[in-house]
Amino acid sequence: MSKGRFGRFGGQYVPETLMPALVELEDAYEDAKRDENFAREFQELLKKFVGRPTPLYFAKRLTELCGGAKIYLKREDLAHTGAHKINNALGQGLLAKRMNKTRIVAETGAGQHGVATAATCAMLGLECVVYMGTDDIARQQPNVFRMKLLGAKVREVNAGSRTLKDAINEALRDWVTNVGTTHYLLGSALGPHPYPTMVREFQSVIGREAKQQLHEMEGKLPTTLIACVGGGSNSIGLFDAFRDDEVEMIGVEAGGRGIESGKHAARFAEHGVGVLHGTYTYLLQTDDGQVRETHSISAGLDYPAVGPEHAEFFESERAGYTSATDEEALDAFQKISQYEGIIPALESAHAVAKVLKRAPKMKRDEIVIVNLSGRGDKDLQTVMSALAESAQ
Amino acid sequence: MNRIDETFRALRQEKRAALMPFLPLGYPNIQTSREMIRVAQDAGADMLELGIPFSDPLADGPVIQHATQVALENGMTLKRCLEMAQDARANGVTIPLTLMGYYNSILKYDVKKFARDAVKAGVDGVIVADLPIEEAGDLQDAAREHDLHIVFLAAPTSRAERLKKIGAATRGFLYLVSLTGVTGARAGLPDGLEEFAQRARKATDKPLCVGFGIADAENARRVAQFADGVIVGSALVAKIGDSGNAIDNARAFIGELANAVV
Repeated sequence: MSKGRFGRFGGQYVPETLMPALVELEDAYEDAKRDENFAREFQELLKKFVGRPTPLYFAKRLTELCGGAKIYLKREDLAHTGAHKINNALGQGLLAKRMNKTRIVAETGAGQHGVATAATCAMLGLECVVYMGTDDIARQQPNVFRMKLLGAKVREVNAGSRTLKDAINEALRDWVTNVGTTHYLLGSALGPHPYPTMVREFQSVIGREAKQQLHEMEGKLPTTLIACVGGGSNSIGLFDAFRDDEVEMIGVEAGGRGIESGKHAARFAEHGVGVLHGTYTYLLQTDDGQVRETHSISAGLDYPAVGPEHAEFFESERAGYTSATDEEALDAFQKISQYEGIIPALESAHAVAKVLKRAPKMKRDEIVIVNLSGRGDKDLQTVMSALAESAQ
Repeated sequence: MNRIDETFRALRQEKRAALMPFLPLGYPNIQTSREMIRVAQDAGADMLELGIPFSDPLADGPVIQHATQVALENGMTLKRCLEMAQDARANGVTIPLTLMGYYNSILKYDVKKFARDAVKAGVDGVIVADLPIEEAGDLQDAAREHDLHIVFLAAPTSRAERLKKIGAATRGFLYLVSLTGVTGARAGLPDGLEEFAQRARKATDKPLCVGFGIADAENARRVAQFADGVIVGSALVAKIGDSGNAIDNARAFIGELANAVV
């Protein structure tokens, strides 16, 4: 069995050309982990470039609305570039420098990872190319413009479902071709080893901060953690610090137009496993093993596979997984805007939708932390259209 | 004895390299694709590589991506690929047939059942683009039981020690990926290809077949001077897709290549 397994999931299913690059990356990462200077530089930039720690905010009016558990929001939307994605982009950017790579390729769905990568590359002086599906370019225009402003080249991917999956295919093809000079800055806790582990570790700052912040405010652990799961980096970043504690963890997938419609991205709602983008995990596919097209109102959750560690958490029942539909996410998007003055990313609105259902059933002395993984400016156009449609 | 081994043994005596065209099964349509296998043999192919279409072919460039897409739209599945191989055998095709695809197709079909059914259908080898030696244990075990050859790929980025491991693991031949990149015809041959082949020779005594980027008869001829086999994919697929008769185009191009590798 290969390296990088989470139970039976994970691995390194990539073309031979990339195997030496994965070994090089793993070695560089292990070496960096032992280097105090690397840790110091990363911490310093998390503080001064990203603006960490992000607040853990008590959502008073949402708590009153639900009438149950106390709801806390981990405000990753306040991180530089507007989402948790920057934590990982910065970590890998520094690693790329260390490996003497001069060029970065990345994929993006919602555009948040693309923007975070473009900002990191601008700051570090690296060339940056971001692949993005045609459909996602259409629905995330502000982020496309941001990336360009930050000096990145945005390459349109007009193949397959024209979303995140296809952007990853194209980024991998670029990496295979330019592997000598280029680092692939993968944006979620998926792909071949060492990405799922490395991305988790760069994102685990979310949970470490939240744990300490809640301890200072409440003197105890949360009862429940809730986060949305596309590839799964914001959720694994929140969960990681609590994995050995008696804390419930809930991941929320995109239910799209409902599981029964088939138009969704809820990988755990159907029980298929397979290999996509270098990793063995839960995967939406046909009887012939073709990867299925997915649907979600949020580009960042619109992906047919899930990070392999989540697959392991699902099977070992360390975490529970559920889904929220487009409609529920839209409703939550408006509620949290109106009750807390915070416009969330549509991705994060899926986690908020779950807490709106869950918190009322919990006791008042229980605590739930929701990862508000990103802000919603990029989604205004999508939400405006969706609301206009439902008003008709 | 596996047909691939028999063929290389015979070619060694004739002192010439094998021509191995790549045909994406189900392209440009099911019927033409079915006929194409026999046409390729008659036109001078020594062996064939037959593509199993997959929705996310990340090792392939635009030409084969497109062919794959068309094949899927035509309703091509792995099960149908095996049926096509079986039909080809019934239709007088005797040269070695090697399937090429991506691991998820085989996983979903079931690894053990695949090895058994592939051999039953007359398939001699399998190449899996996204299955490095570290992940291949299950498929190798299943293949060994049925004398199905699992052919591994080596890349210019594979260093000496790794080449040795891949060389030891591969069966039938070693597939040398000529360049760092995806499939697709290139203007010339990549720098350092011959040197790469020499490194591979030191690592294994199995036949070496070179693929990726070989665009025409002239480049095929040059590769045949230092390799045991020449694989031509995208350039042939482009000819099949050209206007005119796909069968005639393929026959003419394969004939040209066959004359060049002698």
